[in-house]
Amino acid sequence: MPNQLLNPNKWIDLYADYLFNFTISRVNDKEVAQDLVQETFLAALKSMNNFKGEASERTWLISILKRKIIDYYRKINSNKGQAEVRIKYNNDFETEGDWLEEHVADPYDKTAEDIIQNTELGEAILNCLSKLPEKHAEVFRMKTIEGMETEEICKELNITASNLWVIIHRARTAMASCLKENWM
Amino acid sequence: MSERKLDVIMIKKLKIVIPCSEANHVCDKSQYKESSFNEKIKLYIHLMYCGACRDYSSTNTRLSSIILKSKVTCIDKKYKDSMKNLFEKAMNNSDFK
Repeated sequence: MPNQLLNPNKWIDLYADYLFNFTISRVNDKEVAQDLVQETFLAALKSMNNFKGEASERTWLISILKRKIIDYYRKINSNKGQAEVRIKYNNDFETEGDWLEEHVADPYDKTAEDIIQNTELGEAILNCLSKLPEKHAEVFRMKTIEGMETEEICKELNITASNLWVIIHRARTAMASCLKENWM
Repeated sequence: MSERKLDVIMIKKLKIVIPCSEANHVCDKSQYKESSFNEKIKLYIHLMYCGACRDYSSTNTRLSSIILKSKVTCIDKKYKDSMKNLFEKAMNNSDFK
């Protein structure tokens, strides 16, 4: 396998959203997730010399981000009391004396499974997005994920509306064929 | 003039029949709820006789629904810009050239 090279100039454009979605599914707080992504990029820049070129740039960044997430949880749980699991007994008159097990989540509940699946799906979408030409990915992201208006995008990127729709069409076709194998 | 010829003239005048490229364009616009009622009617008429566009349309709709389902998000543009500034400064201060 050829050694991978690092190109920090492109990191934020290429990986910021991927890392953000990876983080938000694990910390569940938008602002914390944004800060963790920023810290990851800065830490990666500092430790560029440690990169051996055996993994891809993104995998390497993810491994740093995972450390940052663990550090974040260590920090918020540093006070002993916060690390404890506290079960509040139900004081409600009607349910008083009920078994505690009744408060435990139903193991057959599909919600957790759905969340995991959606996280993986989100990662797959961003993975496919990173394979598109830069301009196509940018237009698709602004229009489809951020939900921006056509006029607003045209103004910002200095393109015509018809140009935008051609890009959207090509991006959608590429995205569909990328996601087809596993998700569609 | 026969009735059939009249029908063809009417269809051409009203532009009920649209080419595949236009149908795809309307289909793309529909994913973002930006197509007009007239355009939608023309698209549905086109889909009645064009299998290739039917395939494209169903794939396109599925793509929209899985993106919606995934709840994939992006970093705020403002935050991303400030992140870029900070990162550029850090790059200039580091040994990276």
